[in-house]
Amino acid sequence: MRDVSIIGIGQTPVGEHWDKSLRELGFRALHAAMKDAGVERIDALYVGNMLSGELTAQEHLGALIADFAGLRGIEAIKVEAACGSGAAALRVGYMAVAGGLHDFVACIGVEKMTDQQSGTVTSALATAADADYEALQGLSFVSINALLMRRYMHEYGYKKEDFANFAITAHANAMNNPYAMFHSPITARQFAEAKPIADPINLLDSSPIADGAACVILAPTAIAKEFTHKPVRVKATAIATDTLAVHDRRDPLYLEGGAISAQKAYAMAGVGPADIDLFEVHDAFTIMSALSLEAAGFAPRGQGVRLAMEGEIGLSGRIPITTMGGLKARGHPVGATGMYQIVEVAEQLREEAGANQVQNARLGMAQNIGGSGATVVTTILERI
Amino acid sequence: MEVARYWRTTGQRYQLVGEVCPNCGNRIFPPRDVCPVCEKEARTPFTFSGKGEVYSYSTIHVAPEGFEKFAPYTVALVRLAEGPLVTAQLTDVDEDEIRIGMPVEMVTRVLREDGERGMLVYGYKFRPARPVSADAPKAAAAPARVTEPATNMSELSLVPQPTA
Repeated sequence: MRDVSIIGIGQTPVGEHWDKSLRELGFRALHAAMKDAGVERIDALYVGNMLSGELTAQEHLGALIADFAGLRGIEAIKVEAACGSGAAALRVGYMAVAGGLHDFVACIGVEKMTDQQSGTVTSALATAADADYEALQGLSFVSINALLMRRYMHEYGYKKEDFANFAITAHANAMNNPYAMFHSPITARQFAEAKPIADPINLLDSSPIADGAACVILAPTAIAKEFTHKPVRVKATAIATDTLAVHDRRDPLYLEGGAISAQKAYAMAGVGPADIDLFEVHDAFTIMSALSLEAAGFAPRGQGVRLAMEGEIGLSGRIPITTMGGLKARGHPVGATGMYQIVEVAEQLREEAGANQVQNARLGMAQNIGGSGATVVTTILERI
Repeated sequence: MEVARYWRTTGQRYQLVGEVCPNCGNRIFPPRDVCPVCEKEARTPFTFSGKGEVYSYSTIHVAPEGFEKFAPYTVALVRLAEGPLVTAQLTDVDEDEIRIGMPVEMVTRVLREDGERGMLVYGYKFRPARPVSADAPKAAAAPARVTEPATNMSELSLVPQPTA
């Protein structure tokens, strides 16, 4: 297997792009990444996306974006794993380059959500859950997370406000990310008084829907230095699955897919949680941050929230998370999110994170979660 | 909901028909063809009692399409007496009465309406378990407050009835 590196990154601002279509967003991120890498041609394109069929009546995104980008003829496919689509696309690109099938591969994550009304988007997001046994019962995706949060609070004795620091930290970090959707700090009081969505989850536990696209260019590490003086090695990428429905889990409060995926990634990279300098968590809801921190081995079970309460998740804390705003404040364009996480980890390792730079960052990790934990993609990147 | 999809899931939605694994005895709901415990084939039907308790719950304020007119409503994970968790709405109960661990029982209710001329989709919901006592007068067994009228479906013998 060949060693693989990221030689270029690109992203659009996350937000409400009423003036830009799905294909334009995808192309802009691709164009920025190709320019950053200094490549004019790629061999293949893998497009991570979840909801283009549901929300834009458009599938077939591989060919769509390849054609729009003037790359007609190349290999191009869409990769779908619900909200885990972005990092799953990186995994597919990694396999192509590591396996020697392609030298230059673009991996995009793209999503267009804000053209639709919230009820339509709520239903579309619920397709990540079990259609016959969760969605048919009237469950929204938020409410599935709310069931987990309520039980977590009950089992481990936490109060609602104990989760506040996840959201406060994300908003504070987004202030210095020009691509983030929100540039507004929030307070513990605002968190406590936010509008309920699905009790106990309120608006400020929840990441916002958004439009956006992010992209990386992969190449064999052996030739990466010919294109960039700061390549970032893909040290590990691993996907694991769990039951689609929460009710089928052995223990709903344990992200088994997250644990398996993290263990596979640690084994592949030859490292452990103590070696990771920053961790982009999938903070779609505050409860998911806690569960992901526990599954990835940064906290014992039931203690993930404690890392937030004790201030260990800040930029100079024990394990910095959501360093550029996370899903909560950078925004959550679902199928693009995993690729934003990877681009942000790469920014940190290239020392381009500005005021949010994690000092001496050498190893960064991202965990991108599809559904309520049915697909979990863990990616570990290393500064070369 | 598509008609074919409706009919092929009536067993589980009306009667909580799942499966029992002939190999390890694990009770499975919703039905699946491979036992998640021993990974052997499992296709022997098993009808659940409909009794259980609340494992977790949430009141939905922002509802998906097709459920807007019901909001706010409460959904739950219910631990069935035979073991599995099931995802369902709670009904016939005030929100502030709901507790984790509260005993509940399955009833049949309308889950959603597919527009003016579409289907009424019936399925299971759970309500607080009624006291089961031969001595209790019949009136005492009635729920203190019925927030949703019983449907014709719930009068059928498909529904577990209190023995009082």
